[in-house]
Amino acid sequence: MKKNIFALVSSVAVLGTALAGCAGQQASQPAAQQPANNTQTQTPAAPAPAEKKPQVLRMNLHSEPPTGDPGLAEDTTSGAVILATFDGLTRIGADEKPHEAAAESYTVSDDKLTYTFKIRDHKWSNGDPVTAKDFEFAWKRALDPKTASNYAYQLYYIKNGEKANKGEAKLDDVGVKALDDKTLEVKLENPTPFFLELLAFRTYFPVNQKVVEGNEKWAAEAKTHVGNGPFKIESWEHKSKLVLVKNDNYWDKDNVKLDKIEFSMVEDENTELSMFENGELDWAGSPMSSLPTDAIPALKDSGKMVTKPIAGTYWYKFNTEKPPFNNVKIRKAFTYSIDRQGLIDNILQTGQIPATGAVPPSMVLNPNGYFKDKDLETAKTLLDEGMKELGITKLPAITLSYNTSEGHKKIAEAIQDQWKKNLGVDVKLENKEWKVYLEDLHEGNFQIGRMGWLGDFNDPINFLELYKDKMGGNNDTRWENPKFKELLNQSALESDLDKRKKILADAEQILMDDMPIMPIYFYTQSWVQNPSVKGVQMTGLGDVDWKSAYIE
Amino acid sequence: MIRYLGKRIIFMLISLFLIVTATFFIMKAVPGGPFTSEKNVPDEIKAALEAKYKLNLPLHEQYFNYLKGVATWDLGPSFTEKSSTVNDMINRGFPVSAHLGAQSLLLAVFGGIILGVIAALKHNKWQDYSAMVIAVLGLSVPGFILASFYQYFFSIKWGLLPIAKWEGFEYTILPSLALAASPMAFIARLTRSNMIEVLGQDYIKTAKAKGLHTFTITVKHAIRNALLPVITYLGPLIANILTGAFVIERIFGVPGLGREFVLSITNRDYTVIMGTTVFYSIILVVMILIVDVAYTLVDPRIKLADAGRE
Repeated sequence: MKKNIFALVSSVAVLGTALAGCAGQQASQPAAQQPANNTQTQTPAAPAPAEKKPQVLRMNLHSEPPTGDPGLAEDTTSGAVILATFDGLTRIGADEKPHEAAAESYTVSDDKLTYTFKIRDHKWSNGDPVTAKDFEFAWKRALDPKTASNYAYQLYYIKNGEKANKGEAKLDDVGVKALDDKTLEVKLENPTPFFLELLAFRTYFPVNQKVVEGNEKWAAEAKTHVGNGPFKIESWEHKSKLVLVKNDNYWDKDNVKLDKIEFSMVEDENTELSMFENGELDWAGSPMSSLPTDAIPALKDSGKMVTKPIAGTYWYKFNTEKPPFNNVKIRKAFTYSIDRQGLIDNILQTGQIPATGAVPPSMVLNPNGYFKDKDLETAKTLLDEGMKELGITKLPAITLSYNTSEGHKKIAEAIQDQWKKNLGVDVKLENKEWKVYLEDLHEGNFQIGRMGWLGDFNDPINFLELYKDKMGGNNDTRWENPKFKELLNQSALESDLDKRKKILADAEQILMDDMPIMPIYFYTQSWVQNPSVKGVQMTGLGDVDWKSAYIE
Repeated sequence: MIRYLGKRIIFMLISLFLIVTATFFIMKAVPGGPFTSEKNVPDEIKAALEAKYKLNLPLHEQYFNYLKGVATWDLGPSFTEKSSTVNDMINRGFPVSAHLGAQSLLLAVFGGIILGVIAALKHNKWQDYSAMVIAVLGLSVPGFILASFYQYFFSIKWGLLPIAKWEGFEYTILPSLALAASPMAFIARLTRSNMIEVLGQDYIKTAKAKGLHTFTITVKHAIRNALLPVITYLGPLIANILTGAFVIERIFGVPGLGREFVLSITNRDYTVIMGTTVFYSIILVVMILIVDVAYTLVDPRIKLADAGRE
């Protein structure tokens, strides 16, 4: 009841906001332009005074970034601040490909196992030179079990990385070595075709050895935080405000046009949107936060909302050990029988893409998908056959679990309804608090459960390797297929890109033939922004890079 | 008096100890831990994390370590905010929450008492009805609706006050108003009913018969007696309101302590759960003690003694 009132009031409020917002923006824009106009009339000879106006971007961070330390960060908020204040050996450019950044150039050995990087002549924000040793130190630090870095596994591609993190090898044996101040040699376990992309991920960023060793809490305050990226932290009032300013020591500072990024930390999505409509913020919604669900239809109709696909899949997992989902035909029947497009058009409403495979479009292996959306005929036949194979005439009680959230609930209810209509199956819904839910899923205490996965880097292996091992940490379905495993192992050794892609496509085919998971949609991000803000780069992984942003 | 206080303080320490113990074991009994996450990390990393935060020790050792931490007021590192300790979080958040809370409290107490007294004096007249309509609204409209309502009118429509954030006095007005609404309404109703009762008593009639002015009667004789239940209510209210209100802080982007109570539980951020609970309990028990002492100041008939009171 409370929720209904809230939904009603908030939608009224949002509607009002949308209406009032139009007037508010019109009012605020001339005001912002006024100073520029004034200077123009007073000193008409001054060359383009508009350019002199400080370039300030006003964003909302949604929550306090837990840390500014690239080795420890594990969330998107920290990730965004770190990407703005650090530069890896490579950086993802506007073309979504990795480009040399802190590395000036690199060479790769013929077996693709040794990379040698030439570090660019550039400085930390405190003036120290960035050396190859800083990289070596940063990577070994993240792999050190004492550091307890959650993302250390990202460095397992480096020779002995995994062993060192497990304490089976010494840190000195890890395949990264500063040959001199400017040369970094990296040895890999396997030829890793996406290694250059990995380097643009925060766990691979350098840290200033002197700063880190001198102060354990260096990454928590503006004063002590040191990076080598396009911006540096000017002030950080915890939970309230964070200000980034252009880093004059950045090697590519000529291409950084923003003078300042001011982050508020407002958690409430409705408040954030109101602040945007009121002209106090230049951006509302993804990737730092999200748009309030109730406001989406109105924002969509107004044409102000921008939507972009990101590399993530929303799927339901089947527990393949519990009847009736130990039968592949029944799993398939459930998967084929839902209407993904209808779900997206009516419930989600933010332009998601129906998923008929596990791997999202940006790294797609088979653009046609592996099955047809809403294939009712096949689904019914498969259900009958499956039940015959199991020797049952009536399906046992089925429960669909999800973690407590308005969004997941709506989707689950729609799918429950579709199963009822399309297959004549009654499914119960069950929701649990997030961490309890995760624990249950990992322990196999479920029949069908929702989960989503976002890629860390742009390669299909991100999505396929989840299902490699039966008891692998993120599998949950208890499904395992020796052929699938074998193909993934092959793909790690294959250095020919086309052949590797073929191998991975075969693997995805097996996954979709056995269907331990039921793909539903590929994620998108939606936001509204001030139209004069340009050049904010939203990567296909859902990260945001303000390096080349500017205000017109 | 001193004996009474000493005894009370010992009871306070015992109840704090019980709170710490109960919270600790209930918290550990809840499924899921701080490192349960969507992206399940390899076992060796989980082990390293547990070793770093000493979660690999046997439960009783963790418990004793924790008791030691509370005694020395070293509440440990936060699991979620990797760069902060719980002490940092309380030191940062509490002043903000306390500032907001103090403002709301002033509003609630003065506004509530004034409304209540007016309503009682003008019993069953329009002033009474309008004051009580305000009170019923304040009690029954949830804070978050009131907050959105304020934001919409005062900030978006009329542009008088900022929508959110915490950067100066004008930023504190709307959240204070939103936070004060419900306690103000409660105090108003409490004051009104007690005032009506007190005003009907013989000594007030005597005062009237003596020819005292209504104002003098109200202020000197009636309010003091009518306030006792209000003071009882104030103890827990102060503790509550000073340590932050999650919803209001969230809506107005106030960097207070309120959010830590709620988010730490969702995150299973053990040390923060414990830290905020202990901190809140300390304030609560101290406030209750102060309330008991305050009775004697307001009502001379009440004396503090551990025995002999009827």
